Amino acid sequence: MLQLSLLILLIPFAGFLILIFFGKRLPRQGDWLGTSFLGITLLMSVFLLISKIASIPGDTLSYSFSWVIIGNPDAGGFSVDLGVMIDNLTVVMLVVVMLVSFLVHLFSIGYMKDDPRYSRYFSYLGLFTFSMTGIVLTDNLLMMYIFWELVGISSYLLIGFWYEKKSASNAANKAFIVNRIGDAGMFIGIMILFIHFSTFSFDAIFSGIQAGDLPFQSTAWLTAAGILIFCGAVGKSAQFPLHVWLPDAMEGPTPVSALIHAATMVAAGVYLIARMFPILTAEALLVIAYIGAITALIAATIALTQHDIKKILAYSTISQLGYMVMALGVGAFTAGFMHLVTHAAFKAGLFLGAGSVIFAMHHALHQKHDHKTDAQDLRNMGGLKSRMPLTYWTFLIFTLAISGVPLTSGFLSKDEILAGTLAFSSLNGHYLLPVIGFVVAGLTAFYMFRLFILTFHGKHADESRVSDLKESPFTMTIPLMILAGLSTFVFYSFNPFAASGGWFFSAIERPLSLVPEALQPASAEVFAQAVSALHTPALILSIIIAGAGIFGAVWVYQWKKTSAVQISEKFGALYRGSFNKWYFDEMYQAVFINGTFIITKVLRWFDETIVDGIVNGAAYVFERFSVVNRWFDEHIIDGLVNLTALGTGVLGKVLRKVQTGKIQHYLAFVVLGMLVFYFIII
Amino acid sequence: MEFTAILFYVFSITTLGSALFMVFCKNIVHAAFALMFTLLGVAALYVLLFADFLAATQVLVYVGGILILILFGVMLTTQGFSSNLKALTTNLLPVSVVMAFVAAGMMYVFYTSSWPVVVMDEPDSTITGLGMLLLHEYMLPFQITGVLLLIAIIGALLMATRIKHPN
Amino acid sequence: MENSFLQWLAQPELTHYLMLGAMLFCIGITLVLTRRNVIMVLMGIELILNSANINFIAFSRYSVITLDGHLTALFLIILAAAEAAVALAIVLNIYNRFKTIDIDEISLLKG
Repeated sequence: MLQLSLLILLIPFAGFLILIFFGKRLPRQGDWLGTSFLGITLLMSVFLLISKIASIPGDTLSYSFSWVIIGNPDAGGFSVDLGVMIDNLTVVMLVVVMLVSFLVHLFSIGYMKDDPRYSRYFSYLGLFTFSMTGIVLTDNLLMMYIFWELVGISSYLLIGFWYEKKSASNAANKAFIVNRIGDAGMFIGIMILFIHFSTFSFDAIFSGIQAGDLPFQSTAWLTAAGILIFCGAVGKSAQFPLHVWLPDAMEGPTPVSALIHAATMVAAGVYLIARMFPILTAEALLVIAYIGAITALIAATIALTQHDIKKILAYSTISQLGYMVMALGVGAFTAGFMHLVTHAAFKAGLFLGAGSVIFAMHHALHQKHDHKTDAQDLRNMGGLKSRMPLTYWTFLIFTLAISGVPLTSGFLSKDEILAGTLAFSSLNGHYLLPVIGFVVAGLTAFYMFRLFILTFHGKHADESRVSDLKESPFTMTIPLMILAGLSTFVFYSFNPFAASGGWFFSAIERPLSLVPEALQPASAEVFAQAVSALHTPALILSIIIAGAGIFGAVWVYQWKKTSAVQISEKFGALYRGSFNKWYFDEMYQAVFINGTFIITKVLRWFDETIVDGIVNGAAYVFERFSVVNRWFDEHIIDGLVNLTALGTGVLGKVLRKVQTGKIQHYLAFVVLGMLVFYFIII
Repeated sequence: MEFTAILFYVFSITTLGSALFMVFCKNIVHAAFALMFTLLGVAALYVLLFADFLAATQVLVYVGGILILILFGVMLTTQGFSSNLKALTTNLLPVSVVMAFVAAGMMYVFYTSSWPVVVMDEPDSTITGLGMLLLHEYMLPFQITGVLLLIAIIGALLMATRIKHPN
Repeated sequence: MENSFLQWLAQPELTHYLMLGAMLFCIGITLVLTRRNVIMVLMGIELILNSANINFIAFSRYSVITLDGHLTALFLIILAAAEAAVALAIVLNIYNRFKTIDIDEISLLKG
C-alpha cells in the first residue's frame, strides 16, 4: 500500500516533468499523457481506498527515512525525516483529489483546446496534483509545509496562466501574497512545535503532547501553536480575513477554478485542521469555529448580489469552506470532512458547468464577432436550458446539492454540520453559531437558485446573440455527468436523511483529543449524544430553510412577483455593501497598503535624518581618526617595514658576492670547510 | 734496502712526478699523457700491494677507457692546440701553498699515529676470492652497479647525441 | 734517530702508502681548484679517486679486512668510469652551448 501511495505521488510528477520539457513535441501536445497518468492514479487511489477501508480500517501505515541528520539525534541533535502516512483520512482525500483532477484534465481537453500554451497548462495541472498528493500523504509538518508552498506556486502559475491579461497577473500576485500572510503564521506555529519537540513528525509530536509534554510547558503556547497553524488554513482555505484572494483567483481558466479553487487546494486548509485536530485545544477550536462562521456569513451575503457567474461560485466556495471550518471547530469532525468531500464533487461540478456555459457563450459570441459582451455576466445569459440540456440538468443537481435539498450528498453533510452546531451550542451556549449556520443555509439556497434561474430559465436578453449557441463537446459533459452522479446520496450513505449510518461515518472517526484534560473540547461520545438528540429538529429546520431560500429565489426571479430592483432599493445600504463585497478590498487598500506607504514615508524620514546623520557623524569621526592613523602608518609602520627591507637588502648585497657562479670557488669553499673539520679533529 | 722498497720509491716518484707535471704543464694533451703515467704508476703500486686483479682493471679501465675518453673530450672541445694556452690556471700559487701545508699536515699525522699493522700472508691470486665475494656477499651492490653503469651510458648517450647546433 | 728514520724509509709499509695517497690527493685538489679547463678539472678528480683507491688497497694489504678493500676499490673504478662518461657528455653540452670550456666564463649562477 505504501509503495502504491508513493507511485500515486510520483506519477503526476513524472507527468509534469515530461510535459514541461517535451510537451510541445508530443502528439496533441501531450494532453493524453497527463490525462491518462491521472486516470491511472485515480484507479490506484480507488483501489487504495477500498482495500484500506475494507481490510484494515483501524490501522495507520507509515514509512519514513532520515533525510538530513544534524548533530547526534540522541543528544541534542535532530534528524529531519521524510515519509508517508496512510490512514482513512488520507485515502478518502486522495480519491477526492485524483477524481477531481482527472475529471478536470478531461474537461480541459475541450475547454483549453485552442490555447497557445496548451501543453504547459497540462504540466501545471500535473505539478499541482503532485503537490496536493504530497500534502495528503505526508507524515510530518515539514513536508506538509513544503508541499503547501508547492500548491501555492502551482496555484499562482495557473491563476496567472493568461498572464497577458493584467488582471490575471495581478490576481496571481494577490493570491500568492495573501497566502504568504497565512503561511508565515503556519511556519511560526510549526517552529513552536519543532523547537520544543525537535521533530516534525505528526506521530512524535502527538505522542509527546499526549504524554503531557507541552511546548514550553505552557497550555497557552499549545493554543497559540494550534491557532498559528490554523493561520495557514485561513490563507489557503480563504477564511476571513484572508478570503479576498479567492474571488480574484477566478481570473484563471475555469477548470483550474474547479480543481484548485473549489475542490482540492482550498480544502487543504480543512485537511490541515483535520490532521492537527488531536492537538487543538478547546480555545483554539472555538476560534476556528467562529472564524468559519464569520466567513460563511460574509461570503454568503456577498454572493447574493454579484453578477459574474464565477464570482458567485467563488463566494459560495468561501462560504462552504467556512462551513467546513466551523464544523471542525465545533467538533463535528466527520461532518466537516464529509462536507469537504461532497462539496468537492458538487462544487467542481458547478464550476465545470459554469465553464461549459462560458465556453458555449464565448464561442457563440465569437461567431457573431461580438467581443464586447461579457461571457461570464449573468445579465447576458438566460434561456440556455433548451440549448444546453446536459449542462442544464447536471447543473440543477449540483444546485440542489449545494442548497441542501434531500436526496443529495450536500443535504447529508450540511444537515450533519447544522446538527453539530446545534449540539455545540446546547453544550457550550454559543447560540450564534447555529443561527449563522441556518441563515447561511437559507442564503445559499437563495443565491444558488438565483444564479441557476438567471442562467438557464427565462428569456435571453438578446436572442440573436446566442443563436449559434451549442452544447459543449463530450469531453466536457462527461465529467459533469460523473460529478452529478457523485452528488447524490447513495455514494455516502444509503439512508438519504442521515449520514451517520453510512460507510463514511464509520471510516472517518473523530480522533481523540490528546491535549490535557482541562483543555479538551467536549468528548466525542458526549457530542454524539447531543447530535443524535438534536438531529431531527436540525433536519426539519434545514429542509424548511432551504425550501424557503429556493422559494424566495423562484418567487423573485422565475415568477417575478417582486422585482429584484425594488428589494435592492429597499435595503440600499446593505445592498451596496454586499455588492461591493463589504469593502474588504478597499479597506485593505486603505489600511494596509496606504498604511504601509505612510509608514514607509516616516521610515524614510527617519532614515534620511537620524540614521544617515549617525552614519555621517560616525564617518566624520572615522575620517579624523584615520588621518592620525595614516600618519602613524606612514611614519612608524612603514619606517619599520622599510628598515627591515633595507637590512635584508644590505645583507643580500653582501651575500650575493659569495655566489660567483664559478664552480671552483664553490669547490674551494668545500675544501676550506673540510679543512676546518680536519683541524677541529686534530 | 729491499728490492720491493726500491720499486716502491720508483713507482711513487713516477706517480707523484707526473701528477705534479699535470699541475704545472701548459699543454692539455701533455697533461693527459702525464695522467696516463700517474695511472700506470698507481697500477704498479697495486701490484706491490698484491692486488693483481685491481692493477689489471686499473690499466684496462683507466688507461684504456677513461683516458681515451678524456683525450676524445680534449680533441672535441679544443679548436687547435694553441688557443687555450693562455691563462690556464687561476690562483695557482695560493692554492698550491695551502695544499702543500695540508699535505704536510696529513703526512705528519700519518707518521705520528701508530697503525695496528697486520701483515697478511701473500695470496697467490685475488681473482678467486673477489669472484666469490662478488657473487655472494656483494651480489646486490654488484647488480646495482651494473644498473648504474647502464643508466650512465644511456644518460651520456642521450646528452651527447641531443646536441643541436643552433647554426 | 737518524738511523731509525732511514730504517723507516727502507721498510715501506702502510704509512708510506698513506702518505703517498695524501700527496696524490692534495695534488688532485690543487688541479681541481686551479685549472680553468673543465677537462683538466676532471683529471684532477680522477687523481683524487685514485688516491682514495690507494688507501683502500693499502689498508686491505696491511690489516684483516683483506679482499673487501679490493672490492670497494673495484666499485670505485666502475663509478669513476661512469662519472667520466657522464661528465664528458656534460662537457660536450657545455661546449656546444657556450663555445668554451673555460669554467670561469661559465658563471650563469652568479649572484
